[in-house]
Amino acid sequence: MKRRQFLRNTVPATILPAFVGGFSLRTFGAESPLMQLFGETPVSDHVLVIVQLSGGNDGLNAVIPIDNYSNYFNARSNIAIPQNSILPLTAQTGLNPAMTGMKSLFDDGKLGIVQACGYPTPSFSHFRATDIWMSASDSNQVLTSGWQGRYLNYEYPNFPTGYPNSSAPDPLGIQIGSTTSLTFQGPSISMGMSISNPTSFYNLLNGVEDPAPNNNAGKELKYVRLVARQTSQYADVVKAAAARVTQQAVYPANNTLADQLKIVARLVKGGLQTRVYMVSYGSFDTHSLQANAGDTTNGNHANLLKNVSNAIKAFQDDCKFLGIEDRVIGMTFSEFGRRIKSNSSQGTDHGAAAPMFLFGKNVLPGIMGSNPTIPTTVSVNDNIPMQYDFRSVYATILENWLCVKNADLQQIMLKNYQSLPLVNSVTCKIANPNLSGTSYLEIWGTPFVQSTNIVYRTDGGHTLLQIFDTMGRLIKMPVDADLAAGSYTYSFDSGVLPAGVYYARLQNNSVQQVKAMIKIK
Amino acid sequence: MDRREFFGTSKKKKETTPVSFASPSRTLSGVNPYTGPWTTNEVIHLLKRAMFGAVKADVDFFKTMTMSQAVDYLLNVSAAQSQPPPPVKTYANSTDPTDPDNAVLAGQTWVNTNTNDGAVNSNRTINFKNWWYGQILGQERNILEKLTLFWHNHFSTECDSIPRAIWCYGNNAVLRKNALGNFKQMTREVALDPGMLYYQNGYLNTKTAPDENFGRELQELFTVGKGSDNATQPFAEADVKAAARVLTGWQVNGTTNLAVFTPSRHDTADKTFSAFYGNTVITGRSGSTAGDLEINDLLTMIFSVNDVSMHICRKLYRWFVYYDIDAATEANVITPLAQIFRANNYDIKPVISALLKSEHFFDVANQACYIKGPVDLIASLCREFSVVFPSAATDYVGAYNTWQIIWQLGFSMNQNIGDPPNVAGWSPYYQAPQFHEIWINSDTLPKRNQFSDQMLTSGYVRGGKTIKTDGTAFAKSLPNPGDPNKLISDSIIYLFRLPLTQASMDQLKRDVLLTGQTNDSYWTNAWNAWTANPNDTVNANIVKTRLQSLYMYLMKLPEYQLS
Repeated sequence: MKRRQFLRNTVPATILPAFVGGFSLRTFGAESPLMQLFGETPVSDHVLVIVQLSGGNDGLNAVIPIDNYSNYFNARSNIAIPQNSILPLTAQTGLNPAMTGMKSLFDDGKLGIVQACGYPTPSFSHFRATDIWMSASDSNQVLTSGWQGRYLNYEYPNFPTGYPNSSAPDPLGIQIGSTTSLTFQGPSISMGMSISNPTSFYNLLNGVEDPAPNNNAGKELKYVRLVARQTSQYADVVKAAAARVTQQAVYPANNTLADQLKIVARLVKGGLQTRVYMVSYGSFDTHSLQANAGDTTNGNHANLLKNVSNAIKAFQDDCKFLGIEDRVIGMTFSEFGRRIKSNSSQGTDHGAAAPMFLFGKNVLPGIMGSNPTIPTTVSVNDNIPMQYDFRSVYATILENWLCVKNADLQQIMLKNYQSLPLVNSVTCKIANPNLSGTSYLEIWGTPFVQSTNIVYRTDGGHTLLQIFDTMGRLIKMPVDADLAAGSYTYSFDSGVLPAGVYYARLQNNSVQQVKAMIKIK
Repeated sequence: MDRREFFGTSKKKKETTPVSFASPSRTLSGVNPYTGPWTTNEVIHLLKRAMFGAVKADVDFFKTMTMSQAVDYLLNVSAAQSQPPPPVKTYANSTDPTDPDNAVLAGQTWVNTNTNDGAVNSNRTINFKNWWYGQILGQERNILEKLTLFWHNHFSTECDSIPRAIWCYGNNAVLRKNALGNFKQMTREVALDPGMLYYQNGYLNTKTAPDENFGRELQELFTVGKGSDNATQPFAEADVKAAARVLTGWQVNGTTNLAVFTPSRHDTADKTFSAFYGNTVITGRSGSTAGDLEINDLLTMIFSVNDVSMHICRKLYRWFVYYDIDAATEANVITPLAQIFRANNYDIKPVISALLKSEHFFDVANQACYIKGPVDLIASLCREFSVVFPSAATDYVGAYNTWQIIWQLGFSMNQNIGDPPNVAGWSPYYQAPQFHEIWINSDTLPKRNQFSDQMLTSGYVRGGKTIKTDGTAFAKSLPNPGDPNKLISDSIIYLFRLPLTQASMDQLKRDVLLTGQTNDSYWTNAWNAWTANPNDTVNANIVKTRLQSLYMYLMKLPEYQLS
């Protein structure tokens, strides 16, 4: 299968100047005459679905090297897939036989694989590695925000003040499940909401709702739950969107990933403007009994892969059935791959790099990268080296699918990453950030070299202005006082601070808002 | 019957919009001393009601005693404890260089220096409220602060309506000093408290045109009440007028801040009361002792009717137990408590002792059903999670600044300490049919959630000081935090009064604590790695982020709102 030509994202330069008088366009409200001069802000209708495979997926038994089979087999003979069972994608590479669904997508040109995604000095800890993949941090860096949280904060800078509103009526990000992960954590608050079942108010906010006992305590519990449901500002729009979709394609039963993806398709088709969804499946932490002795094509890992493959295939077919195929792509990630050499429990231990899957009609199909090198003699310490930094994949998706301007990528990804040919970007309309809601804080001049002006307003009373770095460290606290209502300017001199992204945070009573700014060399 | 058995599953109902949640079974238990199990569960129940939160160290402390000893301990408040050091100045001087407050140095108390400067008094009022929260947050192992707040809600005054903060503070001092003393004595002191005299227009009450405000509220709200349905006024309107006349002649001496009686302003005629009071006639007096003597007669008369003890016991019941007083509770609890109250000449301690030691108080039906008011919610979280505040001894400015954060938080949730909405106190304590459900609405519930979220993440900042918690102190206090199952189940024991099912605990262990992992040892290893090497930031972060997620999640569950 040939790879399609990579099409650079081209937008005629006459449409929108990046800067006006040195100030980023983001500092002007959507209703300002200046914005109207440049015409209507096009809204992107692209949707990204993030599929988390938790536990550390054994990529080597999912995407299998055909061209180096004997070394592969020798390294892990007690779990290796028989050569003639592999589903071939190319002459060199194939899939685990359980993944018939994704093979079919590959044949349809709707599956891309990026080999050996990782990052330098990888962590082998589930928790730490998960945080790294969700925050897109370096291995030695602890970030308090997630990559999607930063993206959504860039896209909707005034959230939550004045949200929801007519131009942003829907949740910004949705996690199917009970909790909101670090992925959606913005620089200050979570940018996503969790949904377990969009049709019922039960569990709309929390996954856990035990039956209330039949006594006074239960009575009061029910009351508080009732208020909680009624209070959820997004409950109505989510419920309404779900109600609009009365028929979907068939999804496999007993497959919780399929259940989640079915909800995603329903909400996208139902009309939510939500751009990012996250679903989760696992556990892939197959330290033992990964494959059945005597028949390695079956077993725990095979089941997991089968469910993932079938769920994604069903989801893709449903997107076609619902007519939303053009708008949706998905990606998988796992906090690490697993060891090349299997252990004696018929499993594998924590490893390093592993493949990422991308699926969707507008994914550039094919396999990027080469099979991992497996030496003839593999020691227990050997791990799959990284070929691509996973943050390149993120950055590419942000730029070419979520249509973030290249100049603004650094604010989200914090560094510059190599862009990869992964997604058909020709449909990307430049989506300027949504400036609806009420702005309490503006950065007049970003990126900046030394100093910038922070204009903030307060409704009176205790007002707090803080400067944080991306690791959540408080750099400065310029304002911590009772102020009269009004607008104020703080001139922020960055002194000898290193170049990079910083956040200005304003808090005035219950209002809090965070905006990003970039110091450049 | 063990608690889990009692908390069976209710029938699954199809979801409809509830019109009313019909009140399930009440209990027939009474004031006989409780003889049931005295376990962690009962200790936590007692502490969450009698104190602000159930801190594990306190639970451990009271578990070493019997139930009776524990209640006795909680009710043992020394004179020194009930008269803590007064607030100190942290606000700016007056803009008027001649104002007496300028002579008060920062860090010294202002309660003995008069000022009429509006801005200074306004600052003093906030300062007082901050100081009050300091008392609450630093409370000893006794009931004093919970009870002081009760008396404040009962003998309501509004600081914002009282021009001198000294009177506001003084009023509070009267309540705190008498909280476990004698109710009749407290009523007398409150009646002549400058704050109350001002607030209820007592100082304007003269013979020419008696002001009925306090005369009415004294009977309707503070003593006799309005019957078991809170709607039937047993005393006559004429009694209000008569009482008003008894109370004529009092003012506040602006220098001494004491009530002062002016005979010429007093109505010296006899005051006749209705049949409700046995047609009592209070002899009109004249002269400088007239006011005192007539007030004594008035209180003797009022306290002779059983309604007073019934009314106060109902209020205590609603504060410490539950709002629903059905016929059985009225007969089996309120009535005997009222008898104890009267038999002890209106000493407060015997009543509260009987209530807190009763089988009714420990009845499972009366556990877990109390919606925490904002002060309770906020103070309990701070105490249970060992939120660190600057020490008042070494950094009083930081202390008052951070206490002010707490005051504002309570205010935003509709409980501005020192300023109930009106003289009836906060409506959750009297407004049928919802009572304490009034605390929770679509505005305040998100604020409660935001509060616990923020306290567990960025915390709150004021004056350069931050108050927050990351959950590690709380987790460390538990017996076995390295075991994720025990971490969760023990956390729930201390944070919730209702259990979660094993399935729910497993789900949130997997989804929240283990972030999708299914192997418990990942948490155990992370916890052990951190405790072995707490300075390792990566280990610390792994543990802290997960504990934060866990506790933010737990405290956003509706169960957390219940006490």
